[in-house]
Amino acid sequence: MESLSRFLAFLADAIVNIGDWIRGLLLGAGLVDPWVSLIMKAIGALVVAFFPLMVVVFLIWAYRKVAARMQGRLGPNSSGTWAGPYGILQTFADAIKMLTKEDIRPQGIDLIPYNLAPILVVFASIATWAVMPFGPRLIGSDLNIGIFYILAFSSAALVVFLMAGWSSNNKYATVGAFRSVAQLIGYEIPQLLAVLTVVMVTGSLRMQEIVGQQEIPLLFQLPVTAFIFFLASMAEVNARPFELLEAESELVCGYFIEYSGMKFGMFYLGEFMNSTAVAALFATLFLGGWRGPWVEQAPILGTVWFLLKMGLMLLLWMFIQITFPRLRIDQMLAFNWKFLVPLALANLCVIGLVNKGITEWFPGGVSTWTRAGILLMTNVGIFLATWGILAALERREQRRRETWRAAQVGEVEVSA
Amino acid sequence: MLEQFIFVGVLLVVALFLPVVLIGLAWLLRPKRPNPRKSEIYECGLQPHGENWVQFKAQYYIFALVFLIFDVEAVFLFPWALVYNWLPLYAVLEGVLFIALLAAALVYAWQKGALEWM
Repeated sequence: MESLSRFLAFLADAIVNIGDWIRGLLLGAGLVDPWVSLIMKAIGALVVAFFPLMVVVFLIWAYRKVAARMQGRLGPNSSGTWAGPYGILQTFADAIKMLTKEDIRPQGIDLIPYNLAPILVVFASIATWAVMPFGPRLIGSDLNIGIFYILAFSSAALVVFLMAGWSSNNKYATVGAFRSVAQLIGYEIPQLLAVLTVVMVTGSLRMQEIVGQQEIPLLFQLPVTAFIFFLASMAEVNARPFELLEAESELVCGYFIEYSGMKFGMFYLGEFMNSTAVAALFATLFLGGWRGPWVEQAPILGTVWFLLKMGLMLLLWMFIQITFPRLRIDQMLAFNWKFLVPLALANLCVIGLVNKGITEWFPGGVSTWTRAGILLMTNVGIFLATWGILAALERREQRRRETWRAAQVGEVEVSA
Repeated sequence: MLEQFIFVGVLLVVALFLPVVLIGLAWLLRPKRPNPRKSEIYECGLQPHGENWVQFKAQYYIFALVFLIFDVEAVFLFPWALVYNWLPLYAVLEGVLFIALLAAALVYAWQKGALEWM
């Protein structure tokens, strides 16, 4: 009985306890402290770096399963060759195939950026995981600039895409690279402004603090901000409605058309990793990260909640990716600059003023629930106002179209 | 503080190491039989025509310039959002005014037709 309860106590915070146990072993082996903590950090870094890799191996399989179900086509376990139960080994088969493929190096490329780009794309997406909170005590490094750090590394992808596209000496790739500039820098702004709103309400850039402030998940306090952030990050990871950089039917593969073998694999990996990182970021910022029932008793559950929320966001990402058609470039740019950016700016101002107004209005302080309720009402207001403006614009546009058509018809009749 | 950045440093080294190892492994395993037909640029079966690095559509640069306004704005707004809870209402209003000035820049660009894709 005694040993069982000890085992349960160990299990309740398993990952941290395993870490402590390794540290004890190292100290017992006679190592001194700076080295022990450095080795612990190295182990932690390895775990954090391999986590997205493991998720992606599973995610590629899951994506194919879901896509096959939704689009009514053959999935990994009915591809003709046996690929493990439910086709789970398909991803490994792909990895082995990529390892043994010849690396075709096209003529006239710019060698240094061409070879550097596939390395940097994976580098940048792994680097964002350093400050992701997996659990109450489980975080790579709780930097006081956490969310800023993530934004900095996720926007590095843009430079990598430009490097890959420009150095490939291919016109399709160059078009893809230029589109990536237009799209990624554009959608970075609503994403930044949404994050700013979150920072304003939670009062910190520190990831654990942002999670800690979410007694009520921010999705239910700031739904409009969550909506803006979700759409902008869908565009940042070039998911289907915003998939102009790759546009399989027009640019063939966009910026990484000239890559083959493992270098191609790196871009593929980087794309899925970025999606995972964005899903995890959304779960942390708006769904309350590791917060959930019974986390105080068993901190390991926090990691489970975090993974569940991340999985939910990934499923949503898949559904949208699989069912939506691609936008045209002018639609994509107009949607960003004429809809998302003004909405994000207005949202930031209104939330800032209302939130400060609540504090000024009730000098005695208000409960979290009252504040959340008022913020939610404000969001409903913003939503209705946006809806009204869009509907009015649409009506005006329709009237204009009708008069134009009427004029055309009139002209035809006159000439006949 | 510095202690925390050590982890980030170690992770960055690992993150750089991982793709290098994978590509290096592929370099060891893969066949190497280049030939001039194989290494031609892939443009859907057509012969590549002319130089690739040519002058490009200027529209992209206009969007990049508009982006610059807001990127600089974000640099100024991050400190403002961070100390938001300690600010009086007056300072928040000033921040809103600053955002409104930049929104005016967006409206100007919109009116000038910089946001139309031609």
